[in-house]
Amino acid sequence: MTFMKSLLGATATLALTAGAAFAEPAMIYDMGGKFDKSFNEAAYNGTQRWADETGGTFREFEITSEAQREQALRRFAEEGNNPIVMTGFAFASALETVAADFPDTKFAIIDMVVDQPNVRSVVFNEHEGSYLVGMMAAMASESDTVGFIGGMDIPLIRKFACGYVQGVKAVNPDATVIQNMTGTTPAAWNDPVKGSELTKAQIAQGADIVYAAAGGTGVGVLQTAADENILSIGVDSNQNYLHPGQVLTSMMKRVDNAVYEAMSMGEDLETGFNVMGVGNGGISFAVDEYNADLMTDAMLAAGYKAALDIATGALVVHDYMSDNSCPVE
Amino acid sequence: MDKMPRWADVALIPLINILLAFILAGLVVLAIGQNPFDMVYFMIKGALGSTRGIGYTLYYTTNFIFTGLAFSVAMHAKLFNIGGEGQAAVGGIGTALVLLAVPWPHWTLALPFAVIGAAVFGAGWAAIPAYLQAKRGSHIVITTIMFNFIAGALSIYLLNGVLKKPDQQAAETRQFGDGAHLPTFNEMLSPFGIEFSKSAPVNFSFVLAIAAAVLVWLLIWRTRLGYDIRAFGNSESATAYAGISSVRVTIIAMLISGGLSGLLAINVVMGEAERLILNFVEGAGFMGIAVALMGRNHPFGIVLAAFLFGMLNQGGFELLWEMPGISREMVLVIQALIIIFTGALVNMTRDPLERFFIRMNKRAG
Repeated sequence: MTFMKSLLGATATLALTAGAAFAEPAMIYDMGGKFDKSFNEAAYNGTQRWADETGGTFREFEITSEAQREQALRRFAEEGNNPIVMTGFAFASALETVAADFPDTKFAIIDMVVDQPNVRSVVFNEHEGSYLVGMMAAMASESDTVGFIGGMDIPLIRKFACGYVQGVKAVNPDATVIQNMTGTTPAAWNDPVKGSELTKAQIAQGADIVYAAAGGTGVGVLQTAADENILSIGVDSNQNYLHPGQVLTSMMKRVDNAVYEAMSMGEDLETGFNVMGVGNGGISFAVDEYNADLMTDAMLAAGYKAALDIATGALVVHDYMSDNSCPVE
Repeated sequence: MDKMPRWADVALIPLINILLAFILAGLVVLAIGQNPFDMVYFMIKGALGSTRGIGYTLYYTTNFIFTGLAFSVAMHAKLFNIGGEGQAAVGGIGTALVLLAVPWPHWTLALPFAVIGAAVFGAGWAAIPAYLQAKRGSHIVITTIMFNFIAGALSIYLLNGVLKKPDQQAAETRQFGDGAHLPTFNEMLSPFGIEFSKSAPVNFSFVLAIAAAVLVWLLIWRTRLGYDIRAFGNSESATAYAGISSVRVTIIAMLISGGLSGLLAINVVMGEAERLILNFVEGAGFMGIAVALMGRNHPFGIVLAAFLFGMLNQGGFELLWEMPGISREMVLVIQALIIIFTGALVNMTRDPLERFFIRMNKRAG
């Protein structure tokens, strides 16, 4: 009994000292989990880079249910973590209430705008990057049929799809784009098996390049594309290395940069609205040793020219979310 | 006497099972290089150690009571309703429509209508599979599980369309407004001088869930309809011989089941989120099956089992929070071990224990 008591006491003091630390930054990942090889992992890479460069420590948490969004936010704020960074638009409502309750804590949310004085909202122009990889897909395709596999069917993913289709059609107006969404629930972000099935179905319909914008589900898409000897396009993180020579390119959404920046600013986090696009290095396509042989000079030239035009405003890619519709199919 | 004492059956066996589960889970935790005592400590303290922890535990418990009861009512008629997930999702749509349609002045007015909305929509979603089973013989397991997918697709269609709050990307409705705010335990208990955590989401719905459990008990064991349902579940041919309509029993049992599933939305949609969000059911519909089976389809057992599942949910969160070395997959393994031992493997300890008691009795006698 006394052993148990001292044991409980020891763990209790341990928990207390761990909780009452100085202002460490905190990171909350969305349901996909931090090792989704995609969106959340990009955020994780940003935190790691910050930790490696500054030698700082941070706390992190992977939520497993909707009710945990507010629970985790509140706990980090109560325990004095500052700033608190989170990935995913689904945190918006929870953050709205928690940010108001903790006016002295700074928050950063990726992929969403939360209008509170102590919140930094970072959004990305994914349609621009999707446009660029769409152009490349159309140039690399031999069957003139390319595929798109989205995660959960939400406006954000339709924005990816719409930008992609615009890019494909800009190169080849007659090309066919097959579009599929993995599902209608957040489980669609982490269902590689379904991603694999959809890829096979698209190949059967003639697609020879598939673009996955589906978080962890994309791992299955890229795997199947590699197995079936067609090309794929990765998303969010640079996924070229997953299947060297078989991933055409990756649409990189530099979530890592956004998280790194937020953590670097620490308690002096600059709040407000922050757009990251092709113009300021927030969005780009990946070129590295793994896909050097796949990208022709013509593709690179076209890609860089379009990127420049987007940055200068000479080329405007339609944003699905601006009017919830897409001019092309 | 060839039976073991009742106290052993009711208290000793569950206790031994939970102990076994924790020992096995502890070995798993030890194998990955973590302290198993910390694991047990954080899980129990997290679920029951503070009013915040209790508040979250009871919040999850409320969900599981509704879905557990829902499954059990259909099960008494030997109808395996695995559509709780979809029925709850559609119940959420009903709740949201009621609460969005009218600027409610006070929750006491809003609640009865929201309950009706949730129950009618949930029951309506169960009605189609029920009709197909009763009249066409389409198996209820197949139809209800397919209706879960249709419910998911319907939710996303509505939440990306007419119900969506404009000018933002999350697929959710606008907030219901202050008049539809259900009192939380913090607000309910502070007049009595009890300090309950402000951040815990447990709300008036818990009272509703307990009331539902009592009503289900009355229905199943104290009414003629309940007798019909149980009789139908035990022998379909006998009930037909006795003049009980199988169509009537099937449809009514499923309507009640769907309605109870729909009530989950009162806790989550009206009580916690105060708006309709996508996928708010989060598997509680399926968990209800395990809860009902563990609770032996008896409302009292279901409340207890729901509480255990609620503890596991909240304890799992705290475990993840306090021990970064334990991944969320590991938490799932621990939860699963406890469920297996307390639910599925009860007879593993009952038989040897029964023999032990009988032998003791013989020796004493």
